[in-house]
Amino acid sequence: MTLARHLAAAAAAAVVIALISVQLGSYRDYQIAEVAAYVIAVAGLTVLIGLSGQISVGNGAFMALGAYATALLQLRVPWLPAHLGGWSIVVIFLISVVVTAAGGAVVGVAAARLRGPYLAGATLLLAVAFPAAVADRYAGVFGGDQGLGVTVTTPAALGPAFPPTRWLTWLTCAAALAGLVLLANLARSRVGRSWRALRDDEVAAALSGINVARLRVLAFVVSAASAGLGGSLLAVVSSIVSPGAYTLSLSIGLLTAAVIGGLGSLLGAVWGSLLLALIPGYLSNVATSHGGRLFGLPSGATSFVPIAAYGVVLIVVMLAFPSGIQGGLRRLFGPVAPVAAGPLARLARRGRRAPAGLPASRHGLAAARHRGSGPRGDDRRGQAGEPSRRSGRRHARTRDTHQRQSEHQEEGTR
Amino acid sequence: MQEFVEFTLGGIASGMVYAAIALSLVLIWRGTRILNFAQGGLAMLTTYLASIVISRTGSYWEGFAAGLAAGLVLGAVAERTVIRPVESKGPMNAVIVTIGLLIFIEGLAGIIFGGQYRSFPPAFSIVGLRIGSFSLGISRNDVFTAGAVLAAAVILAVVFRYTPVGLRLRAAAFGPQVARLLGVRVGRVLTLGWALAGLFGALAGVLVTPSTFLYPNSMDAIFVLGFTAAVIGGLDSPVGAVVGGLILGVVLEYVGGYLGSDIVPLFGLAALVLVLMVRPSGLFSAATTRQV
Amino acid sequence: MRTPHKALGAVVVLTSAAMALAACSSSPSTKKSSGALTASAPGITATTITIGSHQPLTGPAAPGYSEIAPASNAYFQYVNAHGGIYGRKIIYKYLDDGYNPTNTSTVVHQLVLQDNVYAIFNGLGTPTHLAVVSYLNSQKVPDVFVASGCECWNQPSLYPETFGWQLDYVREGKILGRYIEQHFKGKKIGYFYQNDEFGQDGVKGLGYEIPKSQVVARETYVPTDVKIGPAVAALKAAGAQVVVSFSIPAFTALLKLNALGLNYNPTLVVSDVGSDPITLAGLLNAFAKKSGSFGSSLINGIITDGYLPSLGDTSNPWIQLFKKVHDQYDAKAPLDGNVLYGEAVAYTFVQAMFKAGKNPTRQDLINALNAGNFPQGPSVAPFAYSATDHNGMTGAYIGIIKNGVIVPQGGVLVTDDSPTGPVTAYTTPQPAPPASGIPSP
Repeated sequence: MTLARHLAAAAAAAVVIALISVQLGSYRDYQIAEVAAYVIAVAGLTVLIGLSGQISVGNGAFMALGAYATALLQLRVPWLPAHLGGWSIVVIFLISVVVTAAGGAVVGVAAARLRGPYLAGATLLLAVAFPAAVADRYAGVFGGDQGLGVTVTTPAALGPAFPPTRWLTWLTCAAALAGLVLLANLARSRVGRSWRALRDDEVAAALSGINVARLRVLAFVVSAASAGLGGSLLAVVSSIVSPGAYTLSLSIGLLTAAVIGGLGSLLGAVWGSLLLALIPGYLSNVATSHGGRLFGLPSGATSFVPIAAYGVVLIVVMLAFPSGIQGGLRRLFGPVAPVAAGPLARLARRGRRAPAGLPASRHGLAAARHRGSGPRGDDRRGQAGEPSRRSGRRHARTRDTHQRQSEHQEEGTR
Repeated sequence: MQEFVEFTLGGIASGMVYAAIALSLVLIWRGTRILNFAQGGLAMLTTYLASIVISRTGSYWEGFAAGLAAGLVLGAVAERTVIRPVESKGPMNAVIVTIGLLIFIEGLAGIIFGGQYRSFPPAFSIVGLRIGSFSLGISRNDVFTAGAVLAAAVILAVVFRYTPVGLRLRAAAFGPQVARLLGVRVGRVLTLGWALAGLFGALAGVLVTPSTFLYPNSMDAIFVLGFTAAVIGGLDSPVGAVVGGLILGVVLEYVGGYLGSDIVPLFGLAALVLVLMVRPSGLFSAATTRQV
Repeated sequence: MRTPHKALGAVVVLTSAAMALAACSSSPSTKKSSGALTASAPGITATTITIGSHQPLTGPAAPGYSEIAPASNAYFQYVNAHGGIYGRKIIYKYLDDGYNPTNTSTVVHQLVLQDNVYAIFNGLGTPTHLAVVSYLNSQKVPDVFVASGCECWNQPSLYPETFGWQLDYVREGKILGRYIEQHFKGKKIGYFYQNDEFGQDGVKGLGYEIPKSQVVARETYVPTDVKIGPAVAALKAAGAQVVVSFSIPAFTALLKLNALGLNYNPTLVVSDVGSDPITLAGLLNAFAKKSGSFGSSLINGIITDGYLPSLGDTSNPWIQLFKKVHDQYDAKAPLDGNVLYGEAVAYTFVQAMFKAGKNPTRQDLINALNAGNFPQGPSVAPFAYSATDHNGMTGAYIGIIKNGVIVPQGGVLVTDDSPTGPVTAYTTPQPAPPASGIPSP
């Protein structure tokens, strides 16, 4: 049932996108394709952070891995296009996803014992080290600073007059939707429930028989695979893979998009990606449309105005929507999906505790000093076993928005 | 042998700069449990202010003091205005706000000061010191750099340990509710923590900028290394921050010297992973209870 | 099918005749027609020509490079104020890509698809421009005067729309290498270069001229890591008496500072990319004040090359022209090498647009460059442009920095990209600009 519903939603979205892509101009198609690439990457990250409670500031490196896999396959495996023509790109995507998933497994295993800011630090350095290694150390294989080109050919079946940007849009959106359906199913499945259990209370989850380490690694694998697909799509859209395109800023951008969109929510990934991909360009256009002279500033200074404005946008949106854009919309319009009435959802809601974030708050003395970790939803899993560990150093959270916030984030990965 | 000495001493000098950033991150983490991604950006801005003062007054030390003072003020202002509303929300919210703050500060610096390089003076001569004909690989300025950070760290430790202010800082970090009950103005104390973090960031900025030149993104790379140092040492431990900085500085100097600068980030990652494999919460983390 | 109405048929015939006539009369470069200005191509209207570019206006690559596009725009405004190109004003839309190839692709797609620019002009950066070169060529958008010395732009069969402009790095390496081979016989040479195609191509050119036996050290750096102390120490340890540096200005300055720190004083030979005296002096001025004996002596004696007239040559008419334009339209920026570059490449573009004709199509611009014998303009050496060669300048002069300006040593040297092609003197004097400062049609 879940699968059918998700497929139906994806099909509906596909039809809408196809219609839009025909209506809008080529440049809008290009933008949609770009957004699609980010959406799947951000979706994987939001599942990692929002559902399994692990943070990664390095998914840009996984995007790069997927992108390089795509470029290298195109470059070095000529029999793929020879035998499959324009559809070889689909096979290449699949292989790139597998390669990136393997990379995610390696990172996940290495990071299995890390929590919170330590995991953040390790993944941050991964994001910095990977492009540097690729550009500088192994330049022979990876094309160095100049990178490798990627091409995608419109299938002949669509006719010679079919705009290449439209094919780009269809290809990337189809791939992204396929990935989103898989993620949505995963989130609704036993694995997703186990992730949430793991995120909410690791000890209780382990006591219930959940294999904590395996699930944590699996979450990394899934988020890496999603990022890898996103990277492949981005490579196809921008037709080049080079280290300058996969810097730390990209990883930070993905993180920003995931949180601002709404952690744990796939629709939130869409909002976040729209913001990430479109707002900086929009602000830039507004600035340049004033003839390069804004507020009487010299032209050199004007180019920085969109940057400062984007920073302000991030701060304001985060302050205005503490549960992300999806959480804010949810609050404005109320829960829409029938799943809200489901018994599982009720159960999940009651077992609520802190929303995903830095679970380091749960371990060791670091946890003891955490300010304002409030009354945990209810007593089902929240307090059991904790007082003895914590020696009574838990503190009352003073704001109940926290509780509401966790409810909103739990309402499925829409 | 000479190379080894040169690399070791040079590594210590640069490691102390990472330690300063690490200390500011630790101060903020201990107090407010927030990862401050904007720390490098704030340091860059205070260095610009120091640069303005130096060019206006012609005196390095006035600029130095102005930069540090600006660090205190900006840290406090940031906490009060932008961080206070998200301190009690989910931790990821604060991270995103600091990222937004970083982007805003870099844009602001570009608007006010332009995107071109500026030269920033060192405190002392950069000519290498030598003992006889044996070159030590560091200069008077490097010695000052290491010494300044060390002195600041020692002063901080003394303040923490032996003064009422320090006691309040520790209390507010350790148990805010209890501290509040005992009359500590926790809000004010948190602002003070951010102000001190701003001070250390500003110190790192003025010490390192002579060799990176001053432009809106000049502190980005140093921030990453400072963050790494803090994680290596353990985010709860100021001692860990200093030790982590020194270890990172020296190790990266050896790698850059003997193996080449292109492999330095990879080795940084390897070092970090190695430490975290053995001690998942950093070298100086308190012993964690074992999960059953 | 029914036969068309007689009147309709007459209209059809007349219209086609009119169109044929119009097509004949607007054929460019063969006659000086005084016909009306038409919208002959995307980006061209009766009154404007719109061109676009991608530039690193913000981000780590911005310092220095972000001055180029405003300087080009300054020259375009000067031309606009003095009659424009056949009466059309140039609108230069340069967008920020932050030196990120993904952004480059996005902004170039926007310029082509949404802003309908006539051509992409002076796209800056090798990794960034590589992201869009295939796209521009597949869309047949002229991609002229790429701001990069990579040889990759010279592929007329693969990229017919793409043209370089500045002296490419291999040629530059050969010219510098020849000078070193002649003037530093027997001395030990060390290389210090950026670990990408800029440095690698430069070193390749050097290697074509400098005997291998003289080279005692090769050290690289990456722009993201300022700790080049070990590399400089290695150069010193190898005993390099001359260090050839293919570095950007920041790293030239760091090379000098680190060498000072090690009490090491080799002769420096620096690529044009990293030797602008004003930029270097600006980077080093805080250190110069420190010890009285420094000052501008920090950069005195640096040997470099130049493919545009030296800014110190104040009697040169090109410098006078560009200074006039700078003072009027771009006064806030310092008059340094980047501003000179920006104005010079804009001049070349205006020359090309005049050659393309009164109502040019996109192909007309390409044809104007492919025709060969393109006037030098501000370049000290001829352009290589032809149907089979899309490289830009072919030569440069050697100069030495003295008192903050580059002083030419000897005349212009030209060469090619091949390992064995000779470096020869080019003695034809550089043509002066027209009195109006605007190229003649």
